[in-house]
Amino acid sequence: MQASIRLQRDERQQYLLRIGDTCLIQAQRLSEWTGHAPVLEEDIALANMALDLLGQARAVLTLAGSAQGLSEDQLAFLREERDYFNPTLVELPNGEGRPGDFALTVLRNAFVSTFLQLLWQRLQASSDEELAAIAAKAVKEARYHVEHAADWVVRLGDGTEESRRRMQAALDKLWPYVAELFEADAVDEAAADAGLGPRWAELREPWLAQMQALLQAATLQPPAVSSFRSTGRQGVHSEHMGYILAEMQHLQRAYPGGAW
Amino acid sequence: MVSTLAADRVGRAWAVLADVLDPEVPALSVCDLGIVRDVVEQDEALEIVLTPTYSGCPATEAIERSVLDTIAAAGLGPARVRLQRAPAWTTDWISEDGRRKLREYGIAPPAHIEPGAAVPIRLVPRRIAPVACPRCGSTHTERLSAFGSTACKSLFRCLDCREPFEHFKPI
Repeated sequence: MQASIRLQRDERQQYLLRIGDTCLIQAQRLSEWTGHAPVLEEDIALANMALDLLGQARAVLTLAGSAQGLSEDQLAFLREERDYFNPTLVELPNGEGRPGDFALTVLRNAFVSTFLQLLWQRLQASSDEELAAIAAKAVKEARYHVEHAADWVVRLGDGTEESRRRMQAALDKLWPYVAELFEADAVDEAAADAGLGPRWAELREPWLAQMQALLQAATLQPPAVSSFRSTGRQGVHSEHMGYILAEMQHLQRAYPGGAW
Repeated sequence: MVSTLAADRVGRAWAVLADVLDPEVPALSVCDLGIVRDVVEQDEALEIVLTPTYSGCPATEAIERSVLDTIAAAGLGPARVRLQRAPAWTTDWISEDGRRKLREYGIAPPAHIEPGAAVPIRLVPRRIAPVACPRCGSTHTERLSAFGSTACKSLFRCLDCREPFEHFKPI
């Protein structure tokens, strides 16, 4: 077994890992559709988006590890669960069984890609040149992801009785996990002070405006706001995270340093 | 004299790089694609500056290797590749020659992107600029999917000659 790495908590690194891990785990969930999507075009689309997200994750993890001399691979494969900082939203399963529910997948894509597009837009002005350069590339890719997800949310939400029922069920399930994205904390505060990137709370208004327009076009109603708060961005994850990590990490753990 | 030699070495490097093909779109060289941003001589070594097309492009590493192999095979001495992310690659950097080669290869080339014109996201139905079929030239075509067999392409179908084709999507 290859020993786990442990991170010394550092606000800058945690801010970067939140971004990198959001891309990494979202890519992992999307890639579960490879070979299983309802039609070939969707199989290709979901795999392409997973690939874009994985590329973005690699760049951000490389940057996050550089100060401590950690590589992207060490960060992706050798951390323990508590050292991953993605919001819980992205680690939730695609739905029951494999590959899961297409309605939930496209709705989450809409939530996450819209969020990331807003984040990358702001990060283009980061005081960190490398992060600004990663963002300038990623923002162009995110646009295609937003468009793809929004098309499906409208088509299925404003679709048949069955597709609408499933979209609404997905919305009821995912909506409580959205609040976490915009929680303010010391990590965001430090990033904003250093000019590294925006407080995620600042993205709440534009995100909500876009989602309201989308949900309205899709004839879907978000459920009432609840007091539930997920805590993935603090490293405290749902019961689903361990299973993703087991799948992602097992080759590197079984064959340390293995490459092909 | 030294500077002439250096210019010659850089010039020869550009010349051989024009034959390094993109492994995923082998109709185009890395120069046609516009991903070779610069070639400079530094500390006795040639430094080739590459800008990747997409964040997750799996061909990036293969391209780096074939660039270095080609420079070595041409006897141009020690060389290294530097990846430069900014400014971000855009399909506007594909040369006119490259666009012609794409069309001949059966891939519709990307339209030019208006400088600074951010296209607003619209909910369906959305109109996209017409893309001409690379086989019959008709613009009576439809997009089947914004994503294709590689990150840089989308899927189209010609409604006149009925042939499916790929489009190098503008980014």
